Amino acid sequence: MTTQPAEHNPVINQGSMADTPDGQLPVGLTLPDGEALLSVRNLKKVYQTDGGGIEAVRNLTFDLPKGELTCLVGPSGSGKTTLLKAISGLLEPTAGEVKLAGKLVTSPPKNMAVVFQEYGRSLYPWMRVRENVELPLKVQGMDKAKRDQLVDEALEAVGLDHVPRSYPWQLSGGMQQRVAIARAVAYQPEVLLMDEPFAAVDAQTRADLEDLVRRVWRQLGVTILFVTHDIDESVYLGSRVVILSSSPTVIQQDIKIDLPDERDQLGTRSSQRFSELRHHVYEQIQLAKEGFRPDAAKAQA
Amino acid sequence: MRFLKDFLHIVALPALLIAAWILWSAQSTSFFVPTLEQMSNAFSTTWTWGRMQSDVFPSVARLIAGLVLSIVIGIVVGLLVGSFRWLRQLMEPTMEFFRAIPPTVLIPVFMLLIGIGDDMKIAVIVLGAVWPILLNTIEGVRSMDEVLSDTSHTYRIDGFARIRYLILPSAMPQIMAGIRQSLSIALILMVISEMFASSAGLGYTIIQFQRSFAIPEMWSGIVVLGLIGVIMSCIFQIVERSVLKWYHGQREMENAG
Repeated sequence: MTTQPAEHNPVINQGSMADTPDGQLPVGLTLPDGEALLSVRNLKKVYQTDGGGIEAVRNLTFDLPKGELTCLVGPSGSGKTTLLKAISGLLEPTAGEVKLAGKLVTSPPKNMAVVFQEYGRSLYPWMRVRENVELPLKVQGMDKAKRDQLVDEALEAVGLDHVPRSYPWQLSGGMQQRVAIARAVAYQPEVLLMDEPFAAVDAQTRADLEDLVRRVWRQLGVTILFVTHDIDESVYLGSRVVILSSSPTVIQQDIKIDLPDERDQLGTRSSQRFSELRHHVYEQIQLAKEGFRPDAAKAQA
Repeated sequence: MRFLKDFLHIVALPALLIAAWILWSAQSTSFFVPTLEQMSNAFSTTWTWGRMQSDVFPSVARLIAGLVLSIVIGIVVGLLVGSFRWLRQLMEPTMEFFRAIPPTVLIPVFMLLIGIGDDMKIAVIVLGAVWPILLNTIEGVRSMDEVLSDTSHTYRIDGFARIRYLILPSAMPQIMAGIRQSLSIALILMVISEMFASSAGLGYTIIQFQRSFAIPEMWSGIVVLGLIGVIMSCIFQIVERSVLKWYHGQREMENAG
């Protein structure tokens, strides 16, 4: 890791203003062409309703370098889920584009997996744990021996190798989410999107699952985009935190989390740097909730 | 002990009804109420192996053919209509129209169009029994969980695999409920379809006995009909329990939690 900065303020990642149409919007970290694994450019989503259009996401621009664990954090109702659906190709953006490994995303790409918040509704209740993890591979047409090996490894990685014959609904919430993570791991994606995956599990299970995500990330070298509303979680997990404004969403700030790579629930969370970063993110979220608009602020400056 | 108790619960009411009938018929002088002795005689002389082969088995075969066709048509059309909104809009008024027509009034029309053979009788059964399966399948496909649907999309489970692994199993509880309703409709229509222009079959036999005042024989035919219904429902329950094991298990967990 780099040496910690002397001042308390975190390092702010700043992309090139030239990436936005009017050159005025704040943007997240951007990389030169060809270096980013996932790149989001001027993403906008307006929902058409009977009462007129609702602008959920105004303009988002940021890049995800390969192998990074990025947390997206924002106040509730800041369009986090909309953003994630647009990135995963489930939702067509009104404007802007998402590129994965240089290819435009228009439908769910092959090298991407998503873990949803509602674990009880994302697993197939008519299939056993093992079949749930295996299904995407089976549909791909992968041969049985290779499938078995990947499923075994994935179940072992999430600590579920003892329950392959159970049905998901026979397991606790935390264990069900582990199954969903195992399914994503076995799928061998380059990018793993996680949409508030631990919002519905209890605090103790949550800590275990956070460490699981860190472990899987470091073992497999997968790129993760982790969406959460939990400030502590974002700082603890990420190597970078992207803070979203309130709706209509733009990027408020994109900061580097310069905590050591080895993290543990007790030591990391009680460290001086953790609390500074947490403090900073908290302040930014409070600002966002009060209606601070980074786009308006930039325009005035 | 538990098994014995369950068994008693199951047989208690039938035993009580039979006892009541024995007592009542013993003192009754009515021509239409046969005694136990008359009934058992009529039963054993009427429902011989020969009669089973000429009248019961063909009826049951038509019933099964009608049900299988209804299930296949109901599920296939239901999957299509449930999946596409435009198809639903296109089909809805027409389906409501045909659903409202009692299949029995179409028997004379079918006799002219298809003839008086097995085809006509099976067509009558299908025309009545297909609706609950069709409508339940449409509803089952439409009530698909959004998260599960998104999950399947992100793992690129599309096309035929989507039907096989997602849509069909997720609609299965509703499809089964539809089939359960169709069983009794099919049985009724099997009997009615044999009451017109027929020379064999269970429905025909019962009507013949009634017209020739062979009252105990007529009653015994009705008992056979009831027994077929009970057997069908038993088979259905066994199939349902194995197909929807996950569904009942999940419901139990939800109720317990």
